[in-house]
Amino acid sequence: MKEFEAGCQRPKGQPKPVVETAVVEEIQKGEIKKMIQVGKPAPMFSAPAYYQGKFVEVDLEEYKGQWVMLCFYPGDFTFV
Amino acid sequence: MNVFSVSVDSVFVHKMWNDHELSKMLGGKDIPFPMLSDQNGNIGRLYGIYDEESGVETRGRFLIDPDGIVQAFEVMTPPVGRNVNETLRQVRAFQLVREKKGTEVTPAGWKPGKPTLKPGPDLVGNVWKAWKVEQALE
Repeated sequence: MKEFEAGCQRPKGQPKPVVETAVVEEIQKGEIKKMIQVGKPAPMFSAPAYYQGKFVEVDLEEYKGQWVMLCFYPGDFTFV
Repeated sequence: MNVFSVSVDSVFVHKMWNDHELSKMLGGKDIPFPMLSDQNGNIGRLYGIYDEESGVETRGRFLIDPDGIVQAFEVMTPPVGRNVNETLRQVRAFQLVREKKGTEVTPAGWKPGKPTLKPGPDLVGNVWKAWKVEQALE
C-alpha cells in the first residue's frame, strides 16, 4: 500500500484493464448489466483508502497469493 | 485474510467515521483494515453491486482466493446486516477445501471441527451413512 498526499482533487477507484474476469455481461433493456460468477477471476482494481491514520492506495493485484474479503456497504454513518 | 471495506464515501469521510464512531466501538482502536473509497462507483459496477438509482453500493461481500478466483459472494439490500459468523465459517471451509486439494468437501451445516466428506466411488449413494440431516441444522 502506497501512502498518498491528501489534496483537493478527489482520488478515484480505478478498474484494471480486464483480460478475463468473473463478470458476465448481459444486455438488459439496452444497457449492459454485469454480475460476478463464482469460480472465475475477480476483477482487479486500485482504489484510495483510509488505513490507520494514513491515506493509502490499495491495489488488489498486490494481494495475489493471499485470501481477500471485499465488503461493500451503502455508506459511512449509516446504521447497519 | 485481508479484509477491505468499500463504499462511495471519500477517504476523508472514512477517517471521520473511524475517528468519531467506529473506533469507539473498538475501545479506541482504529479499524484494522483499509477502508476503500469508490466515489465514482466504478469498483461497485465492476462487481455488479452498484445501485445506479441511489448512487451507493449494495451490501455485497466477495471472498477471493490466493489465485484471485471469486469463491463466494453474498449480496443484500441495505437494511439487513451481515452474519459475520457465517462469513467466517465459509472462509474456514474454503481454506480447508483448498488445503485438501478437493479430497475433502464440507457438507451442509459444516463448521470447523465437524466431519468433512471424502468424495469418491465409495461415497456414491452412501452419503446418508456419513452425514445426517440434523447436521445441516447444528
